[in-house]
Amino acid sequence: MENEVKLISGAMVTLAIATASLVVLPYLQLRHEPPTPGLKPYTDAQLRGRQVYIREGCVYCHSQQPRDPSQAPDDKRGWGRPSVAGDYYYDSPHLLGTMRTGPDLFNIGARQPSADWQFGHLYQPRAYTPGSIMPAYPYLFEIRKQAETGDKVVALPPQFVPVGGVVVATQAAQDLVSYLLALDRTFPALAPVAVAGPASN
Amino acid sequence: MDIPSLLLSSFIIAVTGLFFFIWSLRKGLLDPDPAAAKVIFSRGEIGRVEEPAVPGGTERDLQRTMAVLVGEPDAKELQTRIAADASSARPAFVLLGFAVFWLLVASLAGLTSSIKLHEPDWLTQYAWLSFGRIRTIHLNAVAYGWAPMAALGIALWMLPRLLKTTLEGARVAIGGAILWNIGLAIGIGGIAAGITDGMEWLEIPGQVGVLFALGGAMIGLPLVFTLRRRKVEHLYVSVWYMGAALFWFPVLYIVAKLPNLHFGVEQATMNWWFGHNVLGLFYTPLSLAAVYYFLPKVIGRPIQSYNLSLIGFWCLAFFYGQVGGHHLVGGPVPEWLITLSIVQSIMMIVPVVAFSLNQHLTMRGHFAALRHSPTLRFVVLGGMMYTLSSIQGSFEALRSVNTVTHFTHFTVAHAHLGLYGFVTLVMFGAIYFAMPRIVSREWPFPTLIGVHFWLVTIGFAIYFVSLTTAGVLQGMSMLDAGKPFMESVRVTVPWLEGRSVGGALMTLGHLAFAAHFLLMALGRGPRRSGAAYLRPLVPTA
Repeated sequence: MENEVKLISGAMVTLAIATASLVVLPYLQLRHEPPTPGLKPYTDAQLRGRQVYIREGCVYCHSQQPRDPSQAPDDKRGWGRPSVAGDYYYDSPHLLGTMRTGPDLFNIGARQPSADWQFGHLYQPRAYTPGSIMPAYPYLFEIRKQAETGDKVVALPPQFVPVGGVVVATQAAQDLVSYLLALDRTFPALAPVAVAGPASN
Repeated sequence: MDIPSLLLSSFIIAVTGLFFFIWSLRKGLLDPDPAAAKVIFSRGEIGRVEEPAVPGGTERDLQRTMAVLVGEPDAKELQTRIAADASSARPAFVLLGFAVFWLLVASLAGLTSSIKLHEPDWLTQYAWLSFGRIRTIHLNAVAYGWAPMAALGIALWMLPRLLKTTLEGARVAIGGAILWNIGLAIGIGGIAAGITDGMEWLEIPGQVGVLFALGGAMIGLPLVFTLRRRKVEHLYVSVWYMGAALFWFPVLYIVAKLPNLHFGVEQATMNWWFGHNVLGLFYTPLSLAAVYYFLPKVIGRPIQSYNLSLIGFWCLAFFYGQVGGHHLVGGPVPEWLITLSIVQSIMMIVPVVAFSLNQHLTMRGHFAALRHSPTLRFVVLGGMMYTLSSIQGSFEALRSVNTVTHFTHFTVAHAHLGLYGFVTLVMFGAIYFAMPRIVSREWPFPTLIGVHFWLVTIGFAIYFVSLTTAGVLQGMSMLDAGKPFMESVRVTVPWLEGRSVGGALMTLGHLAFAAHFLLMALGRGPRRSGAAYLRPLVPTA
């Protein structure tokens, strides 16, 4: 090859094709996708909690995209119906995830609706799930001698309560739990008109 | 027309166009001995090995394995090469220095996160050390520190040699490197403090990304200007890869970071368009450029098939860009997009085979040279890992395989096969070759190079086998609805521990490498035969 202009323009054409197919076409196709009926916008507390979820990197171990029963038994694990594009209407940034070191959380709010369970599990996952390799998040909690009014005291199995104190959830932990509880997409999906293509099915 | 036939027809048209394009670029397509492949040698130099990473005696042993008469290279052309090296020495040194620093940061962060996966109560009281953050620090230190700094440092050092000219704007490049690294330090500090844009590979906030854009442009533009004052007729294969990568990366990054544009599922497709292309259209081409240069240069023999390299380049350019969607197989994304990505992932076999065949044919009959040349050991092994990781990646994209491996540690192992087995090993080899030219001095402790090689090779073998096994077990168990989810966690734990052992060996290897690099940079340790420039290959009387 002798011509650098040909080289660079060829290279840019190939990238343009890739960008068209992976970014521009999905943009055009999904731009007008409405939210799935039943999906509610996040409240302020839930949005703050979502930021905690992002900040702590929960997405690196938890997906939010149950697969189709024909592909994997995600539904049998209680993770819910396969998700559709409209379910992510209010999600920015997206948190689809690529790992399941831990379970899918698309419907964790429906599966574990108890705030106490969520607080205790964040404080010490092994108090509820023996063998879990999820990190404990002690820095999202404070240990006080005794609770003050307005404190969110974490109910823990007795052997996990620190001696001579109570575990109190910080604002960050409370926000995070309100986000987790909001992850409840048990309403039915729209017939996925724009999403389904006959290709390769 | 429905979407599948639209896709199919555009695919056929594009592939046909691609081959016409390759044809049009090729003068004398059937010429068995094209001049372009010889651009990296000066007149009379073919047959003469070059390995600055070893002492003179070892280089003579290397020469003997080639069993070719040594010609005397053209003195004037060698002077041009010395001038080329002198022009790039400082910026290349700065970039490689930063690279080694980030390699250490990344190794320690990676090892910490690996241990945390089987010791979840270790060091949990510090937010910045929690798994979600330290893992992300590891990724970003590799993705924006080690890999691009090493690859750009080597590109910047190779380009003047390949164009037989001097580097334009060395100071600008140094300034750019400093800006880039300030940005990266802020970005990594931000992640530690919990400031992140939240998307894999794109965590560092867009505001900091401006420093990357500016710094990257200041490193890249000198290379583009250098290209304009080339003194060679033919652009060598390595130049195509480097030239294209330098234009590809900025587009990727800018499109990905455009604020208030991406949404929901579209953002996810964009995320993996970026995440996969930063590997495929940035690190991969820059590393292939290094293989295509160092492999023939060390053994003193032009690459076997210039045509294959041409096909390999354009097929990579065309197919690689569209494979990212396979990260979302089974996800809520348009079905046609997944299918397209799977097809292109399989098509990637074409450029990979083209490259592998070329590497093998060039090395054939000269594998004994591996014994004497550390550069070659790293580069050839790295090249083989490229073949493995790409073939693995193609098959991993298939629905049947992906259903098992998706969402598991298998993917992490695969990513390391590409970015470590291939990119990192090739960069080690390239640095061993380039540094003696950059600082005009030999590596002070050749044994340390061997220690480094064996630690990282054995360490990585343990790492890869453990994590791949973990992934398969995890995936199989997750597909079995009869088993509780926790079973898919339990089966991985011994293998995650194995991964930490592998990772610890790799980290030790990097410490040896970094210490050696530092001694070399500071001019410590025993002096050997001096500047490795025009060392005689035949002992002079």
